[in-house]
Amino acid sequence: MKQPGGATVAVVEVENEATATAGGEPTAAAPAASHHVLTLSLRVMQLGPAMILVTLVVVLSLLSDVFLSFENAGNVMKQSAVVCVLALGQLLVILTRGIDLSVGSNLSLSGVVGAIVWRDHRSAAAAILATLATGCVVGMVNGLLYVKGRLPHPFIPTLAMLTAASGLALYLSHAQTIQGAPPVVNTLGAGRLGWIPGAGPIGWFPVATLVVVGVAAVVVLITRGLVWGRWVYAVGGNPEAAVRNGIPVPSVLISVYALSGLMAGVAALLTMGKGNAASPTSGSLAELDAIAAVIIGGASFLGGRGRVINALTGALVIAVLRNGLNLLGIDPNWQYMATGAVIVLAVELDVLRGHVEGRVRSLQAVAAQ
Amino acid sequence: MSGSDPTSRPVLEVRDARKRFGAVTALDGVSLVVEGGEVLALLGDNGAGKSTLIKAISGVHHLDSGTVTLDGVDLTGANAMTVRANGIETVYQDLALFDNLDPAANFYAGRELAGPAWLPPPLRFLRHGQMAQRTRELLDRLQVSLPDLDAPVALMSGGQRQAVAVARAVAFSTRVVILDEPTAALGLRESGRVIELVRRLKDDGVAVILISHSMDQVQAVADRALVLRRGRAVGEAVPTAENHELLVSWIVGASAGAAG
Repeated sequence: MKQPGGATVAVVEVENEATATAGGEPTAAAPAASHHVLTLSLRVMQLGPAMILVTLVVVLSLLSDVFLSFENAGNVMKQSAVVCVLALGQLLVILTRGIDLSVGSNLSLSGVVGAIVWRDHRSAAAAILATLATGCVVGMVNGLLYVKGRLPHPFIPTLAMLTAASGLALYLSHAQTIQGAPPVVNTLGAGRLGWIPGAGPIGWFPVATLVVVGVAAVVVLITRGLVWGRWVYAVGGNPEAAVRNGIPVPSVLISVYALSGLMAGVAALLTMGKGNAASPTSGSLAELDAIAAVIIGGASFLGGRGRVINALTGALVIAVLRNGLNLLGIDPNWQYMATGAVIVLAVELDVLRGHVEGRVRSLQAVAAQ
Repeated sequence: MSGSDPTSRPVLEVRDARKRFGAVTALDGVSLVVEGGEVLALLGDNGAGKSTLIKAISGVHHLDSGTVTLDGVDLTGANAMTVRANGIETVYQDLALFDNLDPAANFYAGRELAGPAWLPPPLRFLRHGQMAQRTRELLDRLQVSLPDLDAPVALMSGGQRQAVAVARAVAFSTRVVILDEPTAALGLRESGRVIELVRRLKDDGVAVILISHSMDQVQAVADRALVLRRGRAVGEAVPTAENHELLVSWIVGASAGAAG
């Protein structure tokens, strides 16, 4: 009676070791070694978006003579600034398991409001304030509709706002582009550092990129340094646990949508400055680029995971891809298909990372026995 | 703190708790008392009302009627934050951990160490170093070893995650710890460690409410066992080997009393 029982136990143990070492030598050191390999590959994969960007830059430099120049780098940075700013707001929303489809329309509306204030009152401060306030209020309404209106998913209120804000922008502007923007806004959106005396070597650097860096620095500070940021990650990681731990989840949610709206306002200033005008359709479909940037940047749609630097990298990937394909004279329609391919590639990388994480966890469990 | 000896009188008292969810009666007049340094096991089949009861105590649910008092202070209807501030900690069955955050962030979720005090709480600056330091000290004291304190808890094993959840409760509770099936997802050895933590709480004079389906564990660590069935308290006994049958009959409702 005892012998069969003993044999069974032995078989189970052998199987456990085989799983633990993934077919390697069943020694005590093997799990630790493969743990290190997995942890290392996890670190590499966390560089995912940067890897994609570097690869793109290297390949395009080889294919095009003009791609790798300060002038062109300045162009790419200037072109990506709007998407960068929108992506920063979108990141905050996606961190809480949400989505903000309204940022493109919000950009158009905020720009139109700002341009009307500038046209009628000629006050730069009032125009800037009106633009930012419009963006922020629209975002806050999104948040309130979602949280207080108990709508089932942020897709609904922000989709409704996409349509509504777009309609309001067309109504207020009589479907016309409103010409003119405050000079300071023009500098922000279109300026280069060249106008500063002695800026010679960095004269190609767009002012809009400085705006992006400044806004990004603030977002890093509030997400990593403040209690609020910790709450954003907590709400995304486990909303129910956040409630149980006394985190004011409704306020956190409303605040991320308000900030996403504020970012749409900032992006509206850059857009208005770049074209010295505000069109009621200037932000159309910009929300898709912003969402794509965040996803390419490796943020999880399941919430709680994503980094500012990676979201910006994602926005740059999209801009570099478009710029490079343009320089190579490739049909613009291919650009959209290429962007689609990069989104899938980036998320596949993320899925792979998830598998590796699972392996690390199971090895930890074995090590803990 | 009243200054009286916490082990000398009831710490937590629930009286005649009633709660309905629509047509379903989850709690139908349950009362219980737990003293400091005592482990009360809460037994019952699925749907007996155990979870509703502990959620009512921890401020997640609000009772339709009945009272919850801690050292004579009325906590009926208090929210989760207030209950925690009064020294009642709960470890939920599903752990309620933040997988994406590291152990220190999990420990301090919702009560982050931050300053300066004149700023509104969400706008205060996190004291990362202080939180990491205290977390490390506490885990050392509880003899919980984790491979990497900077890694998100998603990368940890079931036992390590459970240890983080229990240690979090231990760290902040001054009066009562409620454990909802703390070993349900664990292997034998890891379960043993969690039970060891429960003993340490008891020795520290903390009142413990333990929900468990393992009679062995209940016998090993609990001083009393209260059985719930269909929202009612149907019996209470000291969980010994001799009382095992009796407790099981109360749980499944096969006792003579049920027929009458």
